[in-house]
Amino acid sequence: MRVGIEIHQQLDTKNKLFCNCSTILREDPPHFIVIRKLRPVTSELGEVDQAALFESEKQKIFQYQGYVDSTCLVELDEEPPHEINKDAVMISLTVAKMLNMIIVDEIHVMRKIVIDGSNTTGFQRTAKIALDGWIDDEEGRVSIKSLCLEEDSARKISEGPDYVVYRLDRLGIPLIEISTGPDIRSGDQARRVALKLGRILKATGMVKRGLGTIRQDLNISIEGGARVEIKGVQELGLISTVVNYEALRQKNLIEIAEELRRRNAYASEELFDVTEIFSLTTSKIIKKELIAGGKVFAIILHGFADILRKDIQPGRRFGTELSDYAKVYGGIGGIFHTDELPAYGISEDEVRALRNKLNANSMDCIVIAAGEPQSCKRALLAVVRRANQALLGVPAEVRAANPDGTTHFMRPMPGAARMYPETDIPSMVITEDILNKIKLPELLELKIKRFIEGYGLSPDLASLIIESPYSSTFEELVNNYKIDPSFVASTFEYTFRMLRREGVDVDSFDKNQILELFLRINKGDFAKEALPNILRWLSNNKGKSIEDAINALSLTRVDISIIRDSARKIVEENMELIKREGEHSLKKLMGDLMKLYRGKIDGKIIYEILREEILKKLA
Amino acid sequence: MSFGYRGKSLELLNKYGVNVGDKIFVKTNRACFSGILMPRSEIGDDKHIVIKLEDGYNIGLSISSIIDIEKIPQETPSKIIQPSIKSIPNLPNVAIISTGGTIASRIDYRTGAVSPALSAQDLYQSIPELGEIANIRTEILLSLLSENMLPKYWTMMAKSIKNHIEKGVEGIVLTHGTDTMGYTAAALSFSLRNLPIPVILVGSQRSSDRPSSDAYFNLKAAVLTAAKAPFAEVGVLMHSSISDDELIVHRGTRVRKMHTSRRDAFQSINSKPLAKIRNGNIEVYKPYKERGGSLELKADFNDKVVLIKCFPGMPLEIFNFLIERGYRGIVLEGTGLGHAPEYIFPYIKEAIDNGIAVVMTSQCLFGRVNMNVYSTGRILLSMGVIPGEDMLPETALVKLMWVLAQTNDLNEIKKLMLSNIAGEISERSEYGGSIL
Ligand SMILES: [Zn+2]
Repeated sequence: MRVGIEIHQQLDTKNKLFCNCSTILREDPPHFIVIRKLRPVTSELGEVDQAALFESEKQKIFQYQGYVDSTCLVELDEEPPHEINKDAVMISLTVAKMLNMIIVDEIHVMRKIVIDGSNTTGFQRTAKIALDGWIDDEEGRVSIKSLCLEEDSARKISEGPDYVVYRLDRLGIPLIEISTGPDIRSGDQARRVALKLGRILKATGMVKRGLGTIRQDLNISIEGGARVEIKGVQELGLISTVVNYEALRQKNLIEIAEELRRRNAYASEELFDVTEIFSLTTSKIIKKELIAGGKVFAIILHGFADILRKDIQPGRRFGTELSDYAKVYGGIGGIFHTDELPAYGISEDEVRALRNKLNANSMDCIVIAAGEPQSCKRALLAVVRRANQALLGVPAEVRAANPDGTTHFMRPMPGAARMYPETDIPSMVITEDILNKIKLPELLELKIKRFIEGYGLSPDLASLIIESPYSSTFEELVNNYKIDPSFVASTFEYTFRMLRREGVDVDSFDKNQILELFLRINKGDFAKEALPNILRWLSNNKGKSIEDAINALSLTRVDISIIRDSARKIVEENMELIKREGEHSLKKLMGDLMKLYRGKIDGKIIYEILREEILKKLA
Repeated sequence: MSFGYRGKSLELLNKYGVNVGDKIFVKTNRACFSGILMPRSEIGDDKHIVIKLEDGYNIGLSISSIIDIEKIPQETPSKIIQPSIKSIPNLPNVAIISTGGTIASRIDYRTGAVSPALSAQDLYQSIPELGEIANIRTEILLSLLSENMLPKYWTMMAKSIKNHIEKGVEGIVLTHGTDTMGYTAAALSFSLRNLPIPVILVGSQRSSDRPSSDAYFNLKAAVLTAAKAPFAEVGVLMHSSISDDELIVHRGTRVRKMHTSRRDAFQSINSKPLAKIRNGNIEVYKPYKERGGSLELKADFNDKVVLIKCFPGMPLEIFNFLIERGYRGIVLEGTGLGHAPEYIFPYIKEAIDNGIAVVMTSQCLFGRVNMNVYSTGRILLSMGVIPGEDMLPETALVKLMWVLAQTNDLNEIKKLMLSNIAGEISERSEYGGSIL
């Protein structure tokens, strides 16, 4: 098995790659809509490919949604791009160095033709920053083929048969694309390498976080199979499953190919109109299509009996593969085939009539599709093509990951990328001066070790805080003010998270305010336990001081002697319990005492005082 | 050809005997690279060479790091595929005259070179739909960046148009760079007297080597308009908004480029456009000159004319220079209703006394000059300054060049400048102006 990974990571720069718009996604209603069409520019070579492309996309109309204050004429392709964002270049160079890559001497921005409308220009601007690097993995070194800096595409909002709606907010956000060589040998290794690359990117502190900000594509092939590209694996945890399922799929397809060749199987392009047979059908799906004026068509797959019901991935059969093609090329809901019939309301009589009409024997399989005639024809011809490919083995194609790690067909493998220079953007020389400015961040693997050993954090807490935006604040507080590391880290990672979920705007507190809170806890001004309440109060009373919070929540400091008095009183009142249960009574009595002083003083101090008093009595 | 290489980088390429387009293997002190040697931008330095890697990306390599370059033999690229042209009978004939820039482009993805598609054959290949609208005949008249336009080229264009009309066409499309398309449109409007067919100028704001180019949409509509429109005037056809759904034909004497980069940069000023085109339907706005009649060519221009913008602190010496050098006409782009600073009045008077025609227009662009409202305007009028009505300053400039090629008599000049010859002046200032 050979696996390569391609990672796309959005950068958290202030501005987009070729204009000064901010890099934010928006959910409020767009301010304007622009309508566009694209047409491929002819080239001297490969006219056939071009023509096919043209035919397929010719009818599509693209609608672009924009915002006056966060998308500009550059995204609309109404103004030439500005110079490349230097911050994005610096981040790319940093990552390139961390991946031991060779940095180019001069950056040239290219136009990569993309005419699905996801770029208003009809091309994606992309530049090679570095090549030929490596990272180490426990199963061996993995080569890094390429690092490119490119603009993210527009976001698809919805689509119909002849239009696609895109939102311009994402178009132009800087994106780093890292591709490994096909050196990965297992699903586990793929997951590890993806994780490592993700950590390296995060270590720069300059990448976006959250859903959709990092996308992983996988290139997978097995011996005797073909290179299959799998798009949109969003979760790291899914990578090894996807790899293993794809290896399984290719293995099963190879077996199917052998079996089909042994049977001399073939698919015939002849289309049969079988609408008549289903005129009185009880199948709800077919009935619906017929009422809408549709027809039913059939094709015959000679020698394919029982093949369509063969599992090739968990829950996906060979018939599902054919159905994918029908959906993509014909835009229909799906197909029926005789390996699974009678079922879905289609009767045994109807199947028999089908077999008679198409002159099929028991070794043949019949596939039918219902709906608008042209769509059905396109769908069934695609099924025929895919079925005939099955005799050859695994087709090279682009697939999309399903949430369970299986995949479905997206489109055939594109030819070589069509690229030409972006003449509107001057090339950028990477000078010694620029190279000297690159500051390599601490690798997260080393950082986590330092946090566990140096600060005594638990591995869980350490792994959270090293990737946290509070990471540097944490180190500052702990190193300069001798505040308990575990408490600081758990405040940032656990308490803050809890409060964020409640809707408390914890991230708006400034560093000095946070520092003051910790210092006051150290001094004993209020108890650790009161921190969440103080943060809640401060968030609801913007502009007020911590002193105000303490007063408002009546957290003023309680004298130790008063607590000792209360502890003694409780001990006196519960002597019977103490005598009976000894030290175990501590837990019960602690509750009573905490009721009086919760939040006003550290629970640990209360506990110690009470314990002393109980031990005195027991002595 | 050095393809943008010069100085040290050119020296290095010569030393190893490699040319642009060659597949090469480059050894540097850090790594080895193989790819195709690419042309270099003329603004690039002489310290790098550019190669296209296997995956299509271009990168620059510093020549100081290069240890060796080797040429790798490569197979010759496949031949250009040319589709055959089918001529459909009964379609209108349209001539496309190209004056520069590219209407349609072809890209060699191997080298990234963009070449213009100008012949009829190229056009059919790039925009096959054209063959369904009209039978196309093409002429490559000029190959100019439109900023380099000269009045003598207007004469050339007018003559070429006359030629095509005599050969028999239903309409003419003239492709033009957008920078000075407005000037040319005005010049042709005056030159082609009693024009029998539509002459449509068309350009693009996004170069035709990109899939999003407006060139195709514009050109298709231009051919349609030339073939089918009922009016016989000179028009400029471009996008009506930044969407690819509607086009607009502006009257040649009333159009101005009003944006540096948008597709809908061209606007009609002080006038409705000639037509709108949507989904292949032409919606026309009256009044217009109908098709028919026989062409009378008057395509001479006197280029001893200048356009001067009035501004606070404008220098006086300009006028001395113009008088000394024998200039024949001055178009002033005055402030407001048609005013100029009083300190230049003596110089304007001197110019007029020297037989120079002085025409006043407004830098407001929208609206009409009226020099009777304030005393400064009245003084200018009394000196003999010709009020340019609601003419665009650029149109007034072109018109004055055209008029001065016919007469030197100031009274005659004034009469011609004040009469509406090609829709450049309207008697009434309509509410709404250019808004439909
Ligand atoms: Zn922008």
